Amino acid sequence: MHVLRRSTVDPPLTGVVLLLTLFGIAMIYSAGVLNIPSPVTSGAWLRQTQWLVIAVIGFAVVSRVPLRWFEWSAVPAYVLTVVLLGATLVIGTGAGTAAGVTSFIDLGFIRFQPAELAKLATVLALARYLGTRDIEPTTLRALVAPATIVGAPLLLVVLQPDLGTALAFIGILFSMLFWAGTPLWLLLLLASPGFSLILSFDTRIWSGFFVLLVIFLYFYRYRLYLVESVSAFLVNLAAGTVANPLWNSLAEYQQNRILVFLDPSVDPRGAGYHLIQSMVAIGSGGLTGKGFTVGTQKRLDFLPEQHTDFIFSVVGEELGFVGTVAVLTAFAFVLVRLVRLAQRAPDPFAGLVIFGIFGAWLVHIFVNIGMTVGLVPVTGIPLPFVSYGGTFLLMSWVALAIATRVASEA
Amino acid sequence: MKANHPHRRRARAHAAIGGVGMIIGILLLQFFRVQVMQRSDYLLQSEQNRLRPIAVSAPRGTVFDRAGRVVADNVPGYAVYVLPAPTDSIRASLRRLQPVLGMSDSRVEHLMTRVRRHEPLLVRVDADFAAVSVLEERAAHFPGVFIEMRPKRRYHSGRAVSHVMGYLGEVTPDELASERFESYEQGMWVGKTGVELQYEEALQGHEGTRLLEVDASGRIVGSFTGRTRDPATPGEDMDLSIDLELMEWIHAIFPDSLPGAVVALDPADGGVLALYSHPTFDPNDFVGGIEASVWNRWNSDPQKPLFNRTVMGLYPPASTWKVAAAGIALDLGVVGPTEIMPIPCEGGIVYGGQYRSCWFAAGHGPLDLAGAIAHSCNVYFYQLGLRVGLDRMLEAGTRIGFNRQCGIDLPQESRGIFPSERGFWEERFGYRPVEGEVLSLALGQGPNSQTPLKMAQFYVALARDGSGPAPYLRRGAPLAEGWSLALSERALTEIRKGLSAVTAPGGTAHLSSLEHWELIGKTGSGENAADPERPHAWFAGMAGPWGEDPEIVVVALVEFGMSGSATAAPIAAKAADYYLRRKHGIPVDSVQTLGEHLRKGRPAPWARWQ
Repeated sequence: MHVLRRSTVDPPLTGVVLLLTLFGIAMIYSAGVLNIPSPVTSGAWLRQTQWLVIAVIGFAVVSRVPLRWFEWSAVPAYVLTVVLLGATLVIGTGAGTAAGVTSFIDLGFIRFQPAELAKLATVLALARYLGTRDIEPTTLRALVAPATIVGAPLLLVVLQPDLGTALAFIGILFSMLFWAGTPLWLLLLLASPGFSLILSFDTRIWSGFFVLLVIFLYFYRYRLYLVESVSAFLVNLAAGTVANPLWNSLAEYQQNRILVFLDPSVDPRGAGYHLIQSMVAIGSGGLTGKGFTVGTQKRLDFLPEQHTDFIFSVVGEELGFVGTVAVLTAFAFVLVRLVRLAQRAPDPFAGLVIFGIFGAWLVHIFVNIGMTVGLVPVTGIPLPFVSYGGTFLLMSWVALAIATRVASEA
Repeated sequence: MKANHPHRRRARAHAAIGGVGMIIGILLLQFFRVQVMQRSDYLLQSEQNRLRPIAVSAPRGTVFDRAGRVVADNVPGYAVYVLPAPTDSIRASLRRLQPVLGMSDSRVEHLMTRVRRHEPLLVRVDADFAAVSVLEERAAHFPGVFIEMRPKRRYHSGRAVSHVMGYLGEVTPDELASERFESYEQGMWVGKTGVELQYEEALQGHEGTRLLEVDASGRIVGSFTGRTRDPATPGEDMDLSIDLELMEWIHAIFPDSLPGAVVALDPADGGVLALYSHPTFDPNDFVGGIEASVWNRWNSDPQKPLFNRTVMGLYPPASTWKVAAAGIALDLGVVGPTEIMPIPCEGGIVYGGQYRSCWFAAGHGPLDLAGAIAHSCNVYFYQLGLRVGLDRMLEAGTRIGFNRQCGIDLPQESRGIFPSERGFWEERFGYRPVEGEVLSLALGQGPNSQTPLKMAQFYVALARDGSGPAPYLRRGAPLAEGWSLALSERALTEIRKGLSAVTAPGGTAHLSSLEHWELIGKTGSGENAADPERPHAWFAGMAGPWGEDPEIVVVALVEFGMSGSATAAPIAAKAADYYLRRKHGIPVDSVQTLGEHLRKGRPAPWARWQ
């Protein structure tokens, strides 16, 4: 009855996240220091500061919500957000730097991205589902339900189209399945259609991959039902063949982003431009950077979306490799801390929730930072706590509150 | 649930932390590669992104006349450029500039053909201030457009000095391909003729480089004037021997309707005092690019205003050359200075079975050298020519350079036409010359055409001691080789005595005589193939204070002028008078010659009437 009173906020984690957010505000300020100022970017740091206040309030409120409430509200919240996501396809609007996609819902007094809510609701719903299973999923069939829970919002996000957030959902699915005890080979099998899709750009590579898959299915033939092996075989085959039509269905800018990732010089003035300019900014920062606010690539407007998706290019240019290492260390601390909180939580639901948040952030951090140096295709995905963006900052802090709360209570 | 057992949780946590370490490690590795290993490449790229090197024009050297008056200098001009960019955006920039700079569509298309990948495009060399103000005020509206202070050439009294100074133009592809201009770059302005071309390398100076900082849309956000990599070196200043005011005066008095030339030399050293060719043009019209209509008009004008008659025009020297024949004869010692020719002039002479007439049918009677020059007597000069002989005449004429250039420091100078040997006739006319050819030559006829400058150089020798230094424009420039005639004091005196009779009472050019100065010279009427009825009028002479050595040598040539005494001599006289009055501090007056005094009804106390 009586639970040992622990801090609901995990001071080390919250402290580092607060530092990251303040650092982000500083970088957003710097991103607004241009030779020819733009009203969009010059006041962004102030708006972000206001959002931080709201976020901290949201954090304080949510961290007082008992663990069980999250469990109870998981399913209704999930249903609600999926409906909202569906609604964005009809009444959604674009905003700011993401003007091309209809990911916002405008309520008149406030504009928000249901996808951000959906990520948390999906984490809770999946944690609820996986947490109540008695045995860990060891068959493909056992992964159908979790994949469906994540798949529904994921599909709606892809339709917006918001590839970056879609990746976050995949991160959530895999990290939570991993924490639920799914064997690694099964996760790989689950991911295999994705590999097929990517590798099918080169028929020979895909053929090799497909042979490996068949060998894999043969070795694991006693752990899998026949129907599973056959469907894995068929789905991979299908993924390989639909790749081309699917490619053609992508918007041109999405195609270009993938093409220039493979070779930025194919279109140095067009789609490759962002990547090249970002790498020039980061590379020219060198070891110690050009100095806070004085980066020339940023100042002269060579950087794309330097206060949102490409904020890390400003970090790299102005603070150099030293700044890069510092920020990556902070993020590494946050991620490792989340893993430790999950490890310490005996309650399966709590651990799963923390791991869902971990998965989402890991994808955000890797994809966002990776794209600025050409490790990952350019995807419209913000850097948690650092990028400018109100809803995202608020929801990241709320996620932090949920993670620390469930960790403290479990 | 087995999976939630603490040991299993710990194992998975470790795996997850390993995954985090791997991902962060991959990122760190990539950042290390980009920021530490490849830093210099990216730094260079970021510098190239934002800095555009711009050529800073050097001001051309200032050109002064002999009194230190400015002939050509520079005033600030505003050149409009478009920074390198993709062709489409350059075209868009030009379209936006079109109304401001008043450019035609064809001009835009022409400029598009000159777009170079890495060099700013020069749109307008000399934009007016109003246009520049618009561009500066609305700079954000004109991305990639920048204005560069560019010194622009200015000629004082451009029309008077045009043929001395020449003019400027943008360097052409042909010039760039030549050895002389190999260090030049497209868009530079170079001398095309005259002193501007002759001393191009000295006057040009060296362009500098300035760095402009631009943003991603090509807008210029600042300039690195402090970071000029290489400051411009102005061109050398230059002193010319010309007298600017004298040239202005000649321009003012030269008859408008007739083409012609005036050359004035300083007998002290052969320096050019004036070199004027008429009609003229204004070299200022070339500054900033000459308009096609003006250029076409000048080029199609039958009077050829761009043609420098002083050094390029070749005219039969006629009687003005008789003095040269006399000089040659005296130099050879075949005629005594005061010797009277054995055959007196009775209107003609028979030579080789042919009757050769004098222009004065009544005959001049017995004449010595001075008298022969005074009367321009053909009979005397036939005999003089025969004494010299054809071969020696050709040899001496060649030595004096009547078939060479004077070697003046101008890029274009015609060589005179004068036979250097007997073979000349065979080549040109297909027959072997007879000894009698010397008769025509002695009169300044036959195959003999000279530039006004060459004739002036010869008269300089008469004004001096018989030596003819090469005329020059730039003071201190290395001189071309001159020549000299061995003329005794006595011989020079006799020649000058003959020349003075021309302007003395009873002489053909007496009406051109001057109040304060002794003007002596020779008139001539050069055969005009274009219009035999209207020969070219010559006057070649010299002037100085009475009884002293001449201080100025003047040659005037008026095409179609008909009479040397009526059209050419007054111009030469007025030019000499103007120069000498200023030199000796006598107020300048526009009524100068005797003829002008008579027409104005002013007393002419120096004129003695026979």
